[in-house]
Amino acid sequence: MAYDVNTIFQIAGIGIVVAMIHTVLKQMGKEDWAQWVTLIGFVVVLYMVATIVNDLFERIRSIFLFSGG
Amino acid sequence: MPAEILQIVGIGLIAAFLSLIVKEHQPVFAFLLTLAVAAVLLLFLVDYIYEALYLLETIAASTDINLVYLDTVLKIIGIAYITEFGAQMTRDAGEEAIASKIELAGKVLILVISLPIFRVLVETVLSLIPA
Repeated sequence: MAYDVNTIFQIAGIGIVVAMIHTVLKQMGKEDWAQWVTLIGFVVVLYMVATIVNDLFERIRSIFLFSGG
Repeated sequence: MPAEILQIVGIGLIAAFLSLIVKEHQPVFAFLLTLAVAAVLLLFLVDYIYEALYLLETIAASTDINLVYLDTVLKIIGIAYITEFGAQMTRDAGEEAIASKIELAGKVLILVISLPIFRVLVETVLSLIPA
């Protein structure tokens, strides 16, 4: 469970850092690079969230819907 | 076990705070953060839900209730939890239409799952009526 809580902080951290990088790159006039950074950060976070949600769904499937179907 | 509630409330408060910060710059990340927090909190609770359900199963096994009924009830509860989760997440993201479709899907699936029980009920009632 401590692992999962770490993931929350990682997601928030990635969000803040990506927002900072986005702002800085935009100030430097590199709009396209800023978009790419945001996109890559989004994909990474999406992967982490998908892992957690998959874990949750598997658990619920094994508890509630155990007999298949 | 009572200390768990402190953990859960703490995680929720901190996550709400972080979500506020991130939402200012990147609303998408805030949504993903909310999703992750909701999933983590449910994962916390799933173990306890399992304990309660295990007790229910034990009780049902010691009586001679048809296990199909208990299975159906468990499936309905599972569908309800998942549907509520998905609907609230999409509603949080501002997609009211998708949320109501998810809820509709949950209702329909629950109805379909409970059809066999309903048929047994109707057959029982019909068999009680003298021809």
